[in-house]
Amino acid sequence: MDAFFAAVEQASKPSLRGKPVVVGGLGPRGVVATASYEARVHGVHSAMAMAHARRLCPNAAYLVPRFGIYRRISDIVMALLAEVSPLIEPLSLDEAFVDLEAGDLAGDPRAVAERLRADIRAATGLTASVGLAGSKLLAKIASEQAKPDGLVVVEPGTERALLDPLPVRTLWGVGPATAEHLRRAGILTVAEIAQAGEPELVRLLGKAHGSSLHAMAAGLDNRPVVADRDVKSISVEDTFDTDLTDRARVRFEIDRLADRCAQRLRGAGRSGRTVVVKIRRYDFSTLTRSETLRAPTDDPAVVKETARRLAEAVDTTGGVRLLGVGVSGLADFTQEDLFAQAAQSLREADPGAGQGGGSGPQAPQELPVAPPPEPERAERWLPGQDVAHTEYGAGWVQGSGVGRVTVRFEVPADREPGRVRTFAVDDPALSRAEPPALTGPPAPAGRP
Amino acid sequence: MKIRVERDVLAEAVAWAARSLPARPPVPVLAGLLLKAEDGQLSLSGFDYEVSARVAVEAEVDEEGTVLVSGRLLADISRALPNRPVEISTDGVRVSVVCGSSRFTLHTLPVEEYPALPAMPVASGTVPGEVFAAAASQVAIAAGRDDTLPVLTGVRIEIEGDTVTLAATDRYRFAVREFLWKPEQADISAVALVPAKTLQDTAKSLTSGDTVSIALAGSGAGEGLIGFEGAGRRTTTRLLEGDLPKYRTLFPTEFASVAVIETAPFVEAVKRVALVAERNTPVRLSFEQGVLTLEAGSSDDAQAVERVDAKLEGDDISIAFNPTFLLDGLSAIDSPAAQLSFTTSTKPALLSGRAAVDAEADEAYKYLIMPVRLSG
Repeated sequence: MDAFFAAVEQASKPSLRGKPVVVGGLGPRGVVATASYEARVHGVHSAMAMAHARRLCPNAAYLVPRFGIYRRISDIVMALLAEVSPLIEPLSLDEAFVDLEAGDLAGDPRAVAERLRADIRAATGLTASVGLAGSKLLAKIASEQAKPDGLVVVEPGTERALLDPLPVRTLWGVGPATAEHLRRAGILTVAEIAQAGEPELVRLLGKAHGSSLHAMAAGLDNRPVVADRDVKSISVEDTFDTDLTDRARVRFEIDRLADRCAQRLRGAGRSGRTVVVKIRRYDFSTLTRSETLRAPTDDPAVVKETARRLAEAVDTTGGVRLLGVGVSGLADFTQEDLFAQAAQSLREADPGAGQGGGSGPQAPQELPVAPPPEPERAERWLPGQDVAHTEYGAGWVQGSGVGRVTVRFEVPADREPGRVRTFAVDDPALSRAEPPALTGPPAPAGRP
Repeated sequence: MKIRVERDVLAEAVAWAARSLPARPPVPVLAGLLLKAEDGQLSLSGFDYEVSARVAVEAEVDEEGTVLVSGRLLADISRALPNRPVEISTDGVRVSVVCGSSRFTLHTLPVEEYPALPAMPVASGTVPGEVFAAAASQVAIAAGRDDTLPVLTGVRIEIEGDTVTLAATDRYRFAVREFLWKPEQADISAVALVPAKTLQDTAKSLTSGDTVSIALAGSGAGEGLIGFEGAGRRTTTRLLEGDLPKYRTLFPTEFASVAVIETAPFVEAVKRVALVAERNTPVRLSFEQGVLTLEAGSSDDAQAVERVDAKLEGDDISIAFNPTFLLDGLSAIDSPAAQLSFTTSTKPALLSGRAAVDAEADEAYKYLIMPVRLSG
């Protein structure tokens, strides 16, 4: 999908069509998730600091992501892909590999791809790009080149011509460190990797990495398309607008993250043995600490207690920028914990007592677990959010501040931008709303 | 110092006393074994600040004296000596060990730098050595092994009049054993948390005597220590701080079903099906009237199924356990028949032993085991 998040926003907000749109975290430490093509002209790209983007393109619409609707549209698109072939490997919400060979579609793959693009457009109103090639790597590169709204087919025999001029970073497994290694050896393009020969690369990068890179540069990539790639870990993390310096606050956030992580773990029907805590300090030094339990768990109390213990052992006095809690070593069974279960039933019997979930026999002295005073969150209304007004109907938040919120009343079907009105932030007529469907009724249109 | 002692007696005593010597001593003298000859006795002591051990053996004392030598070396030497009387004598800063035609000369360590061994607390009561050793190993099996929660690496010893209760848990199972002893005072009441490994080793090493006396210091001399003495050997151990969580309420008292299985075939069956249970994946047990079905493995991998006879009272139940935890418990009950009592498949199950399938359950030892919950 082309500039997926931004494209969805433009589709649902007629006033933004043809205008630069940037979707991402809007806090002082936010990062750009997606920029529309209009914004990319100004040099904005994903993974850029939001503050940097704002300087480059001050006139863009800056919106928070609305994952609910992205996921809904993603489901529609993935369902269309599934009609082409049963073997699809989603890479993210808006990207997937499709193994056409596994499908029973006869005929020209080019026609299949064009029809797929048309179907996606019809079902969602969004554009998609397709790269068609003999391997996953080439298909991915081709799809990048096809953007926006295009199709690139790598005919057998033309792989080299496509790959040769590309920078080494294009290849999978080449990050900043490997690229630097290669640069020192005078290797800047994929063609140069191929020319360097395998022994030279193995000498530079080691056996596994060197030989796989050489094969990839030669256009050889026989990795299969794998549906349902096994999840290896489940984690959540948060970056804070201001560094956390208060230990009680760090502990509170760890508890919150551990809870969220355990919820996701349970939601996925999994359990895990290793609890990992990630801490990025004020100076960007990032530490991870992990503890492997004797048996897998999905119990929030156990995850919380372990995460706490791990976080306690890290010096956070200078301030914490980011905290994360994850669980790896996943399994599909859970060893029940005697104390956690007992604490749980105690809580159920007497909801007031034993709050905080410290279940261990030596749960450190309970500090106040209630959220420590937190700076008042002024932006109850976030830009991009869907709202409904009892009188004016559906709209979205354009901005909010000094006790007011500006809403543009328009729905995806409108041809013209809607009217803008401003309300007090606590206006009772204004309420949050579900995102409106992009193309008429929400159900994917039944195709003839 | 000059003494003569039988080789077997020496080797056994040195081996026992050297047990508690630290592998990497914090100070060099702690690698030493203190040999003291007086009144027709040779005493050997070792200490690592946590555990002290002292053993006294009969010896022909020609010349009294005290000397400190490397414990490891003396243990290796005395184990390897031929079966002849051993003569140990000091000569300035050296010690010679002569046995038959072999002769060793060892350096000594400075006796004056050796710390004083903690005083043995006053004896609180006695218990037959075998009973104590059996109880300690039955309970220590459930103790935790990692140091993240030090309390869980201990065995809780609770003394209440003539009853001693040992308890340990690693949060996945909980073992409790009660036994009777002869207290010095009838109304004694005390609680101590002893490192499980030390307790188990100590109890085992004291079985050679008839009885073991246990000494628990209330306050004053030897506070924070527990002492054990039997057959000329005495040892003290520093207690762990803290206490286990209150456990009596953790043990369920009402059950929906009770199953009785002959232990030996049950253990064999668990071991067999567990062969396909990689990395402690669970063994699933389904109890129905007359039969227990054990299963392990998944359809992606190898699978195993086995049936054994079982007597079931109450509702049918399916429950899964970590095979190691289950086998630990089955070996610890040390009875011909095993009784498993269940409430639900996610609540702890209670394992105890029976002298025969239709005998009453032995209430002295209880092993609580947490099940494994299968997702999906």
